[in-house]
Amino acid sequence: MPTDRDLALKSLRYRRNILRWIKQAGAGHTGGSLSCVDILNVLYNRILRVTPATAADPLRDRYIQSKGHSVEALFVVLADRGFFPESDLATLCGYNSPYVGHPTRHVAGVEQNTGALGHGLPIAVGTALAAKLDGAAFRAFTLLGDGELAEGSNWEGALAGAHYKLDNLTAIIDCNTLQITGRTKDVMNHEPLAEKWAAFGWAVRTVDGHDFAALTAAFEKPLEPGKPSCVIARTTKGKGVSFMADVGKWHHGVPNDDEFARANAELDAAVAALTGGAA
Amino acid sequence: MYSPAAKAVAEKLGLKMGRANLEEFADTLLALAKTDRNILAVTSDSRGSGKLGPFGQALPQQIVEVGIAEQNLVGIAAGLGSCGKNVFAVSPACFLTARSLEQIKNDICYSDHPVTLVGISAGVSYGALGTTHHSLHDFAVLRAINNLTVVAPADNFEAREAVRAAAAATSPVYLRFGKAPLYSLPGAETAPFAFGAARTLRAGRDVAFLATGETVVHALLAAAHLEATTGLACRVVSFPTVKPLDTAAVLAAARECRAVVTAEEHLVAGGFGEAVAGVIAQAGIGTRFRIVGIPDEYTVTGSQADIFRHYGLTMEGLAATASALLARP
Repeated sequence: MPTDRDLALKSLRYRRNILRWIKQAGAGHTGGSLSCVDILNVLYNRILRVTPATAADPLRDRYIQSKGHSVEALFVVLADRGFFPESDLATLCGYNSPYVGHPTRHVAGVEQNTGALGHGLPIAVGTALAAKLDGAAFRAFTLLGDGELAEGSNWEGALAGAHYKLDNLTAIIDCNTLQITGRTKDVMNHEPLAEKWAAFGWAVRTVDGHDFAALTAAFEKPLEPGKPSCVIARTTKGKGVSFMADVGKWHHGVPNDDEFARANAELDAAVAALTGGAA
Repeated sequence: MYSPAAKAVAEKLGLKMGRANLEEFADTLLALAKTDRNILAVTSDSRGSGKLGPFGQALPQQIVEVGIAEQNLVGIAAGLGSCGKNVFAVSPACFLTARSLEQIKNDICYSDHPVTLVGISAGVSYGALGTTHHSLHDFAVLRAINNLTVVAPADNFEAREAVRAAAAATSPVYLRFGKAPLYSLPGAETAPFAFGAARTLRAGRDVAFLATGETVVHALLAAAHLEATTGLACRVVSFPTVKPLDTAAVLAAARECRAVVTAEEHLVAGGFGEAVAGVIAQAGIGTRFRIVGIPDEYTVTGSQADIFRHYGLTMEGLAATASALLARP
């Protein structure tokens, strides 16, 4: 099991790689990838029972990324876990590349094609239900954006998850409080969020979405037997780069050369601080 | 549904009245599911209208209820299908193919899970209930989605075979069933059913009636009626699969017959007839051609029979269309 420090170093490397491939592609969803990458780090390095060797095992855990636009975070983490060579991402968003701007099953390790919002939760409900019907022990995780919660299909899925008592299902909200138009609370307010999920019959925990220990504790087992789990991860969009953090324009902003250099310098400095300059 | 004259022609042809395709579907699925516990019926408060009451009683562990939530129906079906379940997602065609179109496109077809989408009470089966309950758009929207086989069976034989083929399919399928009893058509022994294959029910080289779904029987009656009254020899070809279209059967009809008439329980826009027209036009064949379907207008309401009669989807209507087409200078 990697330590929190191991994960912290991984996340810094993931952030550098996210920016690298977005910069090379000239496109990407920078802010949301940076807000959710610590969640993906914990899932793939500590929680999910799935590896390239078990990617077709019917009993593997499933991760379905409903906020498909943050695909760069997913690709970088999957590459780190050995599903495909990181260098493949040089074709990100290029002509006929499997590494398109939203997840597709043409990429090793991706369970479901997503990109239209409000789809992941019902699919994850079906996945968790399949496990229950077979008495299988695998779990289903799905990651939703907070802006995405305005899609009504999420609430259909929320009803069904509780109705079928899917305690093998965890919905994670990447609650970064920003969407393309502005603050989520101004665009379409969804608060009080924890109360809503609890009222729908889910076990709810709100955590710091950049705290590896807190995320691990929230994911390692169902929050409550007989109920699906909702983990509200309070995150910062653009986390890890000072001038991107909590700034709306980085939703799908691509750094210019100067910004790219400054961002890398910040991330390198953070690595040096963690390793005493040995990285 | 049938005028006295049409009934007389059906009797002369020896056609026996069968049951609703919806009932054939439900019984076939139940029989398959009894021997394969991987088969699931997923319903959106639609087990009654889907005739799945007996299925639910016999196999309660193999039916999943999602409530009145068609988007959830298809999303959950995708999740179940992704885990190896053989899913039949059952909902009125009007809701399934409109409310949850994005889930069909992305969660099932784009993600490539071999789920069967079952549109029940399709076309104008719910004719009296108004446009909300008509599915006259489903061929058009589903034809425009990659990786989906679109099937509209014409009788109980085609319905039964379509359900069996869907259960064995390795890619997504849409099945479209009506709720009125249907005549059993000839050809069950001579024209085998397969996805993508048209079935020739009657030979002839004057007019070719190319039809799909519950209009096929009316085309057959029209052909028999024309032959008896005018001596015209009319070909009748059933196209249970709207996509992928049996282009060889279309081209053979266009090349070998003096005129082509298509029939469908669907809007003309984007439907079966336009698919046929595209094949003929792209092959550079000039022929007398008519599409009989529902025009782009505020759709009349009433029983399925009323609506078929209103739009000429009857023996008399199709025979008149064919005669006028041949008579055109």
